[in-house]
Amino acid sequence: MEFLSFLVDGLLMGFVYGVAAIGMSLIWGVMKVINLSHNMLIVYSMFGVYLLFNTLGMNPYLAILLMAVLGLLMGILIYTVALHRVIDAPELSTLLATFSVSMIMTGLATALWTNSPRNVEFSLGSLSLGPVTLPGTRVVAALTAILAAGGLFLFLYRTRPGRYIRAVANNRAAAEMVGVPSNQILALSFGLGAMIAAISGGLIATFFPFNVLSGMNYQLKSFVVCVLGGLGNPLGALIGGLVLGTLEGIIPIFAQTSWVPVFEFGLFVLIIIFRPSGLLGAKQ
Amino acid sequence: MKKLGYILVIVSVLWLAACAPTPTEAPTEAPAVEAKTMVIGYTSSLTGKLEVSAGRQAKGLELWMEQINAAGGITLSDGTVVTFESVTYDDESSKDRVQELYTRLATEDNADMLISPYSSGLTAAASIIAEQYGKVMITTGAAADSNYKQGYTQVFQIYTPASRYLTGAVDLLKLLDPDVTKLAIVHEDATFATGVVEAAKEYAESLGYEIVIFEGYASDTTDFGPFINKIEATGAEAILGGGHMTDGSTFARQVHEKDIDIKMFALLVAPPEPDFAELGEAAYGVIGPSQWEPLAAYTPESAGEAGLTWYGLLSDEFVTVYEAAYNEEPSYHSAGGYAAGLILQKAIEDADSTDTAAIKAALDNIDVLTFFGYTKFDTTAEAHGLQIGHSMVYVQWQKDADGNLVKQVVWPQAGATAETIYPIP
Repeated sequence: MEFLSFLVDGLLMGFVYGVAAIGMSLIWGVMKVINLSHNMLIVYSMFGVYLLFNTLGMNPYLAILLMAVLGLLMGILIYTVALHRVIDAPELSTLLATFSVSMIMTGLATALWTNSPRNVEFSLGSLSLGPVTLPGTRVVAALTAILAAGGLFLFLYRTRPGRYIRAVANNRAAAEMVGVPSNQILALSFGLGAMIAAISGGLIATFFPFNVLSGMNYQLKSFVVCVLGGLGNPLGALIGGLVLGTLEGIIPIFAQTSWVPVFEFGLFVLIIIFRPSGLLGAKQ
Repeated sequence: MKKLGYILVIVSVLWLAACAPTPTEAPTEAPAVEAKTMVIGYTSSLTGKLEVSAGRQAKGLELWMEQINAAGGITLSDGTVVTFESVTYDDESSKDRVQELYTRLATEDNADMLISPYSSGLTAAASIIAEQYGKVMITTGAAADSNYKQGYTQVFQIYTPASRYLTGAVDLLKLLDPDVTKLAIVHEDATFATGVVEAAKEYAESLGYEIVIFEGYASDTTDFGPFINKIEATGAEAILGGGHMTDGSTFARQVHEKDIDIKMFALLVAPPEPDFAELGEAAYGVIGPSQWEPLAAYTPESAGEAGLTWYGLLSDEFVTVYEAAYNEEPSYHSAGGYAAGLILQKAIEDADSTDTAAIKAALDNIDVLTFFGYTKFDTTAEAHGLQIGHSMVYVQWQKDADGNLVKQVVWPQAGATAETIYPIP
């Protein structure tokens, strides 16, 4: 029964890692851009939810919706200002561009909010099922992660803009030849990635205290999740997150918790070597 | 994906890339005629994970400097008036930066005296430099004992050492409930926290406690679920541990949400911070050791009773001037910063000189009670500079009559302002 408790906690955390990684996976897969401002998009949403909840008394989930819209707009802005001109340059250029954006956002956030930990004192109660206690906010986060992954999947495979995004991802030149507005599609892709990063940040803020540096942990986990799940595939990212969360949940049963990163990043290296397209064999 | 390895190496390098040094404070006072201006060099973590506590420490130190300069400085018997100016940099919460910047302070900036950065890890890096260049350094915000057992002779510790940080919590638990036998110790894997919990473990075991979990976590840990599950599985009755502010707050919130059956919960660093109250119900009942609290009753009268010399301002005077200057409540980090300056001031007065050797000799002989508590340094070769006078107080977050969270001193008994809430709900 103790095992069940460890496993469920790990899975709930896995949904969080999954939703945090979906945005990065989308941008990486579609645009071949490793978005190093991903951490700060998560953090800005955390602070947005915190401020709306603490100053206006807004329901955190309503605040997350607002943050999602702002995240979309911010993503399009970042693409337009920092990425558009270097999108065809070697990958190092886009990496540096997003790194610069991250540093600017970090400096600004530290100046505005300091590095003090913040807490959204919000609770949905807990659900006790035998030995397992499920905090309500974590359950909502898991459901939202499924919705976000499913919604994005449907968007990519069932809508015209989604098909455009996949077309640009597969062959940008060919897509342009048949009239796909690739610049707008790339901006939309980055915006969508930023939007989902914002959703994940808002969800995390409902159950963990955070500070301006808290996004880095999720960015690092997102690298592992992207490699596990394959790039550009939201369901792959979600499953990758669940694998990672499960590992984090059950390894401490058998070993000191400090061994968790050894296993995680060991797996990361093994996947890169033996399954570079991800466990699910998604788009390379 | 083929270039992934290459790109990840670049990512790592980028995050490690350091920026150029950024002086953050200009000299504050022009020297008076026939005056000596002493340069106090230090770094503070304006950015990075230690920013909150380091910022408060620097504010306390700068407040002392403003006050002593505004009072006309220190007048020595030969008529020399000593005033102070600071040179300070942002160390970015990084050891590498600390070593680079303290070297710069000692050489290019010609600092006469050094004050440590915040945290034991950074101070360990700065201490090597202070010793190498023969600069006296008062350390504050740096409790790990190990730093004072390296054979250094120039480094003096203001804080109660880590080895005595959590032992009072064990004593308190013993007094409250002699039937408790199982303790869980979960701590940040860092110099300071490890030093604290190793000493606490040894002490608890000497009192007959069984330590059912003794595990460290990475500083950036956000999910404490696995630890809490382990604590629950082993039947631990009390939790000791933590590390710094963010991890401690996160740990406390998750223990509260999991609603596990523990009787006492004591964490390092985070609980005494005023911001800890932001956790709301999760803060209620949490105990934390504090180097200083506004409620602490150190006065000229208590100095007289203890046969000690009193020096400096009273606690409530410190609180008043600090709040007026910064519009925030001081934490023990703020008080530690101020106390570092105050002890340096006392040493210069006792030495009646600005000579480094004379000041060092005066520090060796310091035996004084201030608003921060008792200060006396070990002068043996084994642990020179280790603090042997100061002791901790333990606070617990409780509720006042209106239901607002307030800190109360619960240990030592002589200084307690409220009964301990035990067991915690």
